[in-house]
Amino acid sequence: MSWAHVGTVILAAFLASLVEFVEALTIVLAVGTTRGWRSALIGAAGGVLFLTALTLAVGPALQRIPLTALQLVVGVLLLLFGMRWLRKAILRAGGVIGLRDEAAIYAQETTRVDRVSLVTSFKAVTLEGLEVIFVVIATGARGLLVPAAVGAVLAGSLVILAGVGLRRPLARVPENTLKFAVGALLSGFGVFWVGEGLRYPWPGEDLALLGLVGGFTAIALLAVAAVRRSAGPALVVRPGIHP
Amino acid sequence: MNAVATALRQLWGLFVEDASFTLGILGSLVVAAFAFPALGLRDAWRGPALFVLLALVLLENVRRSRG
Repeated sequence: MSWAHVGTVILAAFLASLVEFVEALTIVLAVGTTRGWRSALIGAAGGVLFLTALTLAVGPALQRIPLTALQLVVGVLLLLFGMRWLRKAILRAGGVIGLRDEAAIYAQETTRVDRVSLVTSFKAVTLEGLEVIFVVIATGARGLLVPAAVGAVLAGSLVILAGVGLRRPLARVPENTLKFAVGALLSGFGVFWVGEGLRYPWPGEDLALLGLVGGFTAIALLAVAAVRRSAGPALVVRPGIHP
Repeated sequence: MNAVATALRQLWGLFVEDASFTLGILGSLVVAAFAFPALGLRDAWRGPALFVLLALVLLENVRRSRG
């Protein structure tokens, strides 16, 4: 086995895993910033533990898991979460329902375990992690599982470092702006995974995600502009008094 | 019994805030899964068509909610 062959396997596993890790990180960062880090990180850690246990228990038999069915279920749930958040963020930005007192609610939300945040992070890490495992098994076939796993671990470490670096700047963005962005992100991921689950080929494959997220953002911005033209000034709502 | 009912209510609340909005999303998914293939829509157009359907559901709901 030549070093060039091993190097190619490491690079292929690194690049393919990088895409999946970035997708998982995007969702964990999004829910962590908007709904509190504690729950998002517990969900992500739960996903990693679940995958580790699954890998140790069944190993290469993992390839037989029907990924499309899993993508369909996760996609539908993400769409329901994401579009609900996006709708509410549009109505808040447009002044139809009150803007929340962000500092007070953020403090309240980050001190308790939030089920939405936990479940969303868990699902994202589990689904993307499964894809990484498939990448490692596929690129590491013919006795090169260790180099493929090294490539995936390098990609994962790089993405985690990027996530730690992004955490602080994201915390400075106003809450409704973040919820708006997270709603567009989760909706985009939801449509993408539903399409994958239904075996619809996306133009540009994974790059279609960018188009979907951009599309939801553009539609939502248009909706906010339309709502603002017909609604009064925004209200501020205290925690516990949600319209 | 009360705890089960509360848990179910919380679970429902995770997915549903406006029932007509949720039904619109689920209806779009049913159309994408069954009507697109039946109508002979080309594979490459099915994903983008689903996005358009969902965008219309969102815009219609926002238009109705602004009252």
